[in-house]
Amino acid sequence: MSSERSQKAERIRHIMETEGDSVERNARGFNEGRYESVDRLEDYDAYKDRARAIKEDAIENLPSLIEQVRETVEANGGTVYLADDAADANRYVRELAREREAETVVKSKSMTTEEIDLNEHLETEGCEVWETDLGEFVLQVADEAPSHLVAPAIHQSREEIAHLFNEQFDPAEKLETAEELTAFAREYLGERIQDADIGVTGANFVTADTGTIALVTSEGNARKSIAVPDTHVAVAGVEKIVPTFEDLQPFVELIARSGTGQDITSYVSLFSPPVDTPTVNFDSDEPIDSDASDRDFHLVLLDNGRMDMRDDDQLRETLYCIRCSACANSCANFQSVGGHVFGGETYSGGIATGWEAGVHGQESADEFNDLCTGCSRCVNQCPVKIDIPWINTVVRDRRNRGADDGDLDFLVEGLTPDEEPAGLDLQKRFFGNFETLAKLGSTTAPVSNWFAGTPPSRYLMERVLGIDSRRELPTFERETLVEWFRNRDEPRPVDAEYHAVVYPDLYTNHVRTERGKAAVRTLEALGVAVEVPDVASSGRAPLSQGMIATAEEHAREVRDDLDAHIDAGYDVVVIEPSDLAMFRGEYERLLEEDRYESLAERSYELFEYIFGLFENGASAEALRDAESIGASTDVAYHSHCQQRTLELETYTTTVLERQGFDVLTSDVECCGMAGSFGYKSEYYDLSVDVGERLQAQFEMPDATNRTVVASGTSCLEQLDSMLTRQPRHPITLVDPKR
Amino acid sequence: MTTQLETFETSLEEVRTGVTRTTPDRFRETLGEIITEPAIGAELPFETVSLEGTNVVLEPTPDQLREAACGVTSAALGVADYGTVVLESTPAGAELTGLFPDQHVVVVREQDLVDDMASAFERMGERFRNGHDDAVLATGPSATADMGELVYGVHGPKETHAIIVEA
Repeated sequence: MSSERSQKAERIRHIMETEGDSVERNARGFNEGRYESVDRLEDYDAYKDRARAIKEDAIENLPSLIEQVRETVEANGGTVYLADDAADANRYVRELAREREAETVVKSKSMTTEEIDLNEHLETEGCEVWETDLGEFVLQVADEAPSHLVAPAIHQSREEIAHLFNEQFDPAEKLETAEELTAFAREYLGERIQDADIGVTGANFVTADTGTIALVTSEGNARKSIAVPDTHVAVAGVEKIVPTFEDLQPFVELIARSGTGQDITSYVSLFSPPVDTPTVNFDSDEPIDSDASDRDFHLVLLDNGRMDMRDDDQLRETLYCIRCSACANSCANFQSVGGHVFGGETYSGGIATGWEAGVHGQESADEFNDLCTGCSRCVNQCPVKIDIPWINTVVRDRRNRGADDGDLDFLVEGLTPDEEPAGLDLQKRFFGNFETLAKLGSTTAPVSNWFAGTPPSRYLMERVLGIDSRRELPTFERETLVEWFRNRDEPRPVDAEYHAVVYPDLYTNHVRTERGKAAVRTLEALGVAVEVPDVASSGRAPLSQGMIATAEEHAREVRDDLDAHIDAGYDVVVIEPSDLAMFRGEYERLLEEDRYESLAERSYELFEYIFGLFENGASAEALRDAESIGASTDVAYHSHCQQRTLELETYTTTVLERQGFDVLTSDVECCGMAGSFGYKSEYYDLSVDVGERLQAQFEMPDATNRTVVASGTSCLEQLDSMLTRQPRHPITLVDPKR
Repeated sequence: MTTQLETFETSLEEVRTGVTRTTPDRFRETLGEIITEPAIGAELPFETVSLEGTNVVLEPTPDQLREAACGVTSAALGVADYGTVVLESTPAGAELTGLFPDQHVVVVREQDLVDDMASAFERMGERFRNGHDDAVLATGPSATADMGELVYGVHGPKETHAIIVEA
């Protein structure tokens, strides 16, 4: 493997060893909490729609909202400064600190001040800066970067924090429990707050009509940082503005549930500064008394690339982000590595690609952008419905195009008839052109299989393409599904009520032809007139490598290839969930509206279609059921990530249950294989780590004797490599002819 | 049929907040049983109940603020389905009183309860536009999970208790 790849693999292994356990425990805890908490919220989907609409509207009208905020905040008695970039914002706050002769600055948690490195700038000015959020305080003491948007020290365990504090502060009695650590920090930071000259906060939201700042917190440190010192500086990205006070409500309902899985945090502070609360001089013996004019408030609205993001059709959605961390917590890769691997300078998790590319430059996402496998599990979890995988794909595409010319391109020449620029990473180019390889593989099988499996080939593949030699390679079938269908001698049903194309996706057509044949037999047994025409591959493979132009070319070919059938009223039945997700999802971005809609409307996941046939009166008797199978009727089913995002898992379980099977389902977010991801040598260990969560579930006592079934090709491959049982596609359980 | 008051009480308990119902006549007695001394307070903006004549120190000094075991304040609203109380800041320092001491006792009138957050925001919107533009939606004690486990009582109160004054 190339040294760059091996260094990356080594770094991922190191972080998994040192931080993985804490990250996994916390992120999965938040994730489970989120599922439970949003389940309790009656109008969850309606709130998401409203939140999305508010953000769309706010970003659309941002310039006038900024002016409105300036007016309302100034009318309330505060000052607004619109900072072009980090340097501008830092300069403003530094000058303020100089004017105030500030010695101590206390801060509550703010990712935006992390983005601009405000602390360092204030320290240069001679200020002592204290992070009063306990997670941020831990990072400050440890001199580390946040590993999570909401819980910045998520990677540290109690034991590690105790060790850190005992080393650093040498307390009279050694600190051990979380209670002791908290009490120590409260006392220590409490003194800093009492002495503070300036309090710095971020803002979760800023309302334009009332000039109100909203802060979502739990510890009470933000309240104290605002109340005690007489000067308050709030630093907020311009995207935090919403039009009205009432617009806050859906966000208050959603933000904590989406983040840490609490229904609401302890405190949601809503204040239109300067606040009414009297300042406290802890050296005075006089009763605390108010003189509101003593207070000074500055709102620093930060652009730092945001207005350019607003003009960028692809990155604009990032500005809707409320930084709740749902995309990180629901991400299988993030659960294994946290934000120190899956994150950039400031931001972490799936949405980090948008933020880092927008505020720190496109290249700042290079290191971690590939960690998004496009599994799409985050999409439904995002309270403002951002298509996070798409943002990752777009930035990957742009970076591919910006890459230097490579000198090893000739090695994959001929295998890569793509639309991409020279210099694209060979590994990406190889996986992105899997169709060409699969065609060649089938034509030359079994020689291709034998050749690919020889040690010199595997060595070269690993060294040049970064294909991990620990992975088994797919075995190409000599006869493709399309050829099998063409060559077989079966009478077509006459007067069939349903006509369907079984889409020969790349894997079903060249590698796992058996599931395609089973699908054809099953549908025919249910009275469907089936066709398996030669159709181009969906473009999922190039898309996942960030090769959007190539994917678009595939989309056009697929649509053209299916033209006649769609015109003739055929439905399109799709076996591979990631391809169905293309048809229903990404094709909207790749095809003209009517071309997209006519395909999306007619496309069905295989079991969704079977379920529909049952509902419309087809007889299940033609299919095999649990009784006729003889062996174990208990199955353990792992649905595919994209299938679950499309909410299609239930059709497989329902059909299997109707056929008498007892179905247990996995509840991990992803199998870890995610298409080509698990084949890449730099990500192999991470892929296995993620897969072990699924393995653990299927090796529990209630699952260990069950037949394992999975809908996705990569899920099957991952399961096959981890379990001693041979996993299979669920269609093979009901296939009438075996 | 669960009443709004009962929903509020259940929600408060779910967010680790003690609940005591009382009437204007019994208010002083109830308060005496709940507060931990030394207690400080911000006068209640209600006609029927007052902190006058109780053991609660009004208009505390910074030292009294720092050393108080308990702070008593009013809530402008109570949100039944969340167990949330809306704490408005006052020039007399209600925000400090409800934040610094370990125990926060909040006095809510039954008539100030609303069903849900939507109603709360409607009411708050009116109040914000009329100058009461500084409030905290407080739900349970302050908390953190940043030290490796969930701990109650961080920079804010460790214990919260609601006294509900029936109409």
